[in-house]
Amino acid sequence: MNFFTEARSLLKVNIRDYGMYIALFVIMLTFSIMTDGLFMSSRNISNLLDATGYIAVLAVGMTLVIVIRHIDLSVGFAAGFMGAIAAILLSQMGVPFYLTIPIILVLGIVIGMFNGVLVASIGIPSFVSSLAGMLIFRGALLQVTEKTGTIIVKDDNFNAIGNGYLPAIAQIGGLNLLALIIGAITILFFIYSEASKRRQKIKYKFEVVSNQIFVVKMLFVSAIIAYVTWILAGYNGFSWTVVITLAVVIIYHFLTTRTVLGRHIYAVGSNPEAAHLSGINVKKITYIVFGSMGMLSALSGILYTSRLQSATTTAGTLFELDAIAAAYVGGVSAAGGVGKVTGSIIGALVMASLSSGMNLLGVGISYQYMIRGAVLALAVIFDVMTRKKRG
Amino acid sequence: MSENILEMRNISKSFTGVKALSDVNFQVAKGEIHCLIGENGAGKSTLMKVLSGVYPYGTYEGDIIYEGNVMNFSRISDSVKTGIVIIYQELALFPDLSVYENIFAGNEVKRGGIIDWNETIIKSREMLQKVKLNVNPETPIRELGVGKQQLVEIAKALSKDVKLLILDEPTAALNENDSENLLELLRDLRDQGITCIMISHKLKEVISIADKATVLRDGKTICTLDGAKGEITESSIIKNMVGRDIEDIYPKRPDKKFGSPILEVKNWSAYDQELGRHVVKNVDMHVNKGEIIGIAGLMGSGRTEFALSVFGNPKNYKLEGELLVDGKTRSFKHTSDAIHAGIAYVTEDRKGDGLFLIQDIKSNVTVANLKQISPGGVVNENEEVQVASGYKNSMYIKASSIEQTVGNLSGGNQQKVSLGKWLFVGPKLLILDEPTRGIDVGAKFEIYTIMNKLISEGMSIIMISSELGEVLGMSDRIYIMAEGKIKGELTAEEADQEKIMHFATQ
Repeated sequence: MNFFTEARSLLKVNIRDYGMYIALFVIMLTFSIMTDGLFMSSRNISNLLDATGYIAVLAVGMTLVIVIRHIDLSVGFAAGFMGAIAAILLSQMGVPFYLTIPIILVLGIVIGMFNGVLVASIGIPSFVSSLAGMLIFRGALLQVTEKTGTIIVKDDNFNAIGNGYLPAIAQIGGLNLLALIIGAITILFFIYSEASKRRQKIKYKFEVVSNQIFVVKMLFVSAIIAYVTWILAGYNGFSWTVVITLAVVIIYHFLTTRTVLGRHIYAVGSNPEAAHLSGINVKKITYIVFGSMGMLSALSGILYTSRLQSATTTAGTLFELDAIAAAYVGGVSAAGGVGKVTGSIIGALVMASLSSGMNLLGVGISYQYMIRGAVLALAVIFDVMTRKKRG
Repeated sequence: MSENILEMRNISKSFTGVKALSDVNFQVAKGEIHCLIGENGAGKSTLMKVLSGVYPYGTYEGDIIYEGNVMNFSRISDSVKTGIVIIYQELALFPDLSVYENIFAGNEVKRGGIIDWNETIIKSREMLQKVKLNVNPETPIRELGVGKQQLVEIAKALSKDVKLLILDEPTAALNENDSENLLELLRDLRDQGITCIMISHKLKEVISIADKATVLRDGKTICTLDGAKGEITESSIIKNMVGRDIEDIYPKRPDKKFGSPILEVKNWSAYDQELGRHVVKNVDMHVNKGEIIGIAGLMGSGRTEFALSVFGNPKNYKLEGELLVDGKTRSFKHTSDAIHAGIAYVTEDRKGDGLFLIQDIKSNVTVANLKQISPGGVVNENEEVQVASGYKNSMYIKASSIEQTVGNLSGGNQQKVSLGKWLFVGPKLLILDEPTRGIDVGAKFEIYTIMNKLISEGMSIIMISSELGEVLGMSDRIYIMAEGKIKGELTAEEADQEKIMHFATQ
């Protein structure tokens, strides 16, 4: 098989996995051309990533919820509510920063677990129970912000989460040194882990792509990481938001692909009856997935509140829908059992790029909603079509 | 009773190459009750689906002649229009709608497109009287017992001016009283000129009610017995039902050594709260170490329900009685408890609740015992590959690699993956539910060989099967179930097809 026929057949077989990467690439390229490169400027990309963070962490949690065939509509206002509680703890009750964060995260887990109990033990459809949760948290958010309106947060540590950057150490030709180092390490780590994975597969005589394709893939991905690093290094480097989001993605990626818990989550999603008959406690898995969703809503609330340096009465509005859209665009299947955490992050980036690009182009907000809706529909149509072809 | 209301001539029907019916001839005279009898998979239901238009004209070969004309039904409503109504074993009622809404569902009493509810209620009272059901038509179906629901189904059929009523195992879920009432009603309807075809597994019932009885076996008509000539007897029916030659495809086990009981149940009952009846009733049985126990019985006899009630009770039946594993009384809260105690259950519906079809072979094989290869909760992927490759090689699973998606495998290979998954758990007792259903002869033989090998390694097996040949060929001891009860127990030496069928049709 020569290089191009192999590349083409790979693309055909893995179109589901590659589709969203291609979509992201096309969208970014289109906007770059239409804005004369403004879209890919250091400043814009840095802002885009920071603005994606609080949706991205929700999308990660939502991926697992949808994988086990549920949905959680309450995450938006839950995030808003918990962000407000964080603001109150910091500004009005004088709780120190390093205590506030764990308190809020634990609160998130408790709230999520409660949702899990409603769904798994009492048997309420998750759509309904989380819709109720959405209303309750919206009310709760209004309640706690009623007296003061917007709650200003003055804690510098807290505000740094959404606005601060990793220290540069030094500048090299106007570029942030630490960012460059991180980028280089990431590339090396990526190449090392892919190569060792490939070695393992060859050892077990599994199918692997040819050497040429492998090298091209390594070069391509490394180039992208290098490019993004270079862009970020040209501004302020890696922001804390990006670091936190990346940490969440790495942890969840590991959890879903390498651990017993992750395997059990996908087993429950792909066939709950078979999972039960295989000795998997489906209820427990449901509690854990909703608990993690609650914790990530709390984190989302912290990121958002910190970014605005205040808790507002409308914080969290429509976050849940952005997160759900990101998950679907990222290839999560509503039929359950299918979907990757990394995919959902790409989905979140696609949606954020659309907003950012259209803002730069001065597209009216009314058209923006319609276009984003159309992209979501297209993504799901694509998903259904490729699935049919396989079956 | 001379002219035929229905004649089915040379009906053949295949499903993806497998012949379900071949040249079936079936005649029903006007005004008779005609029973259709046969083992599971003999083709009874398929024949009735051809008749009622579920399988439309053109998808089968042969002719349906009804009231003297050849019928070409392309959908169910076509057959209903001519007066053929079929009532399935799983009733097709809407549990939350009232009796009168159910009777006229799909056949609403309309005036200018608007439903006339008063007229509906009046008419439904009439229908209820005909089936001698004394309930308020406004009662929701959910509040009626199964017996009364069955009568509502018949009332619904009557409202469509039924001439030929087909009942698929109408008494399977009924108690004796309700069954008797139903049979009485069928006799009444016959006297009013309604012809009736009834599929039944209960021979007593058939003997008491049938004017004629046709026996199907392996998709062929074997014979039609005439009650007026005294031909419908238990022995004649059973002889015609079974008489299949058993090929000797069962590998022999040379040395049989049985140990102490590995599983024992005493006075074991399971009550299904959704169905509102016992699915397993007062079962006493035991399995010794090194034994293959066959559980025979017809569909709906409670075999699968029994297996599930022992295997951690995933359907949440209300259980009574005592369960002993290795001589110790146990009560399992979850399937995982049963697995820990050394019981494994290979489901009869491997695609539905057995396998993870969208996942690959290696994930399927390791899913029930992932912890063993996951120190600290992190899956050791090297070990996983070795485990899965081991089973792939030892069981000759035909696949391109252990990363192949299970949904793309053939039935036999899927079944081997199921087996591999449970062998990796290392059980003491393996419950196999219809282990060879839908797989080819070669794969069957391989599975039997695997079973014998497991026994020689000290495992015990319960094999639930509808295939008499397999039960007789593989088992050391056989229990026969019907209506949730153990109706008989036979050793391998004393068992034969007719004895088993005798117990199974009680």
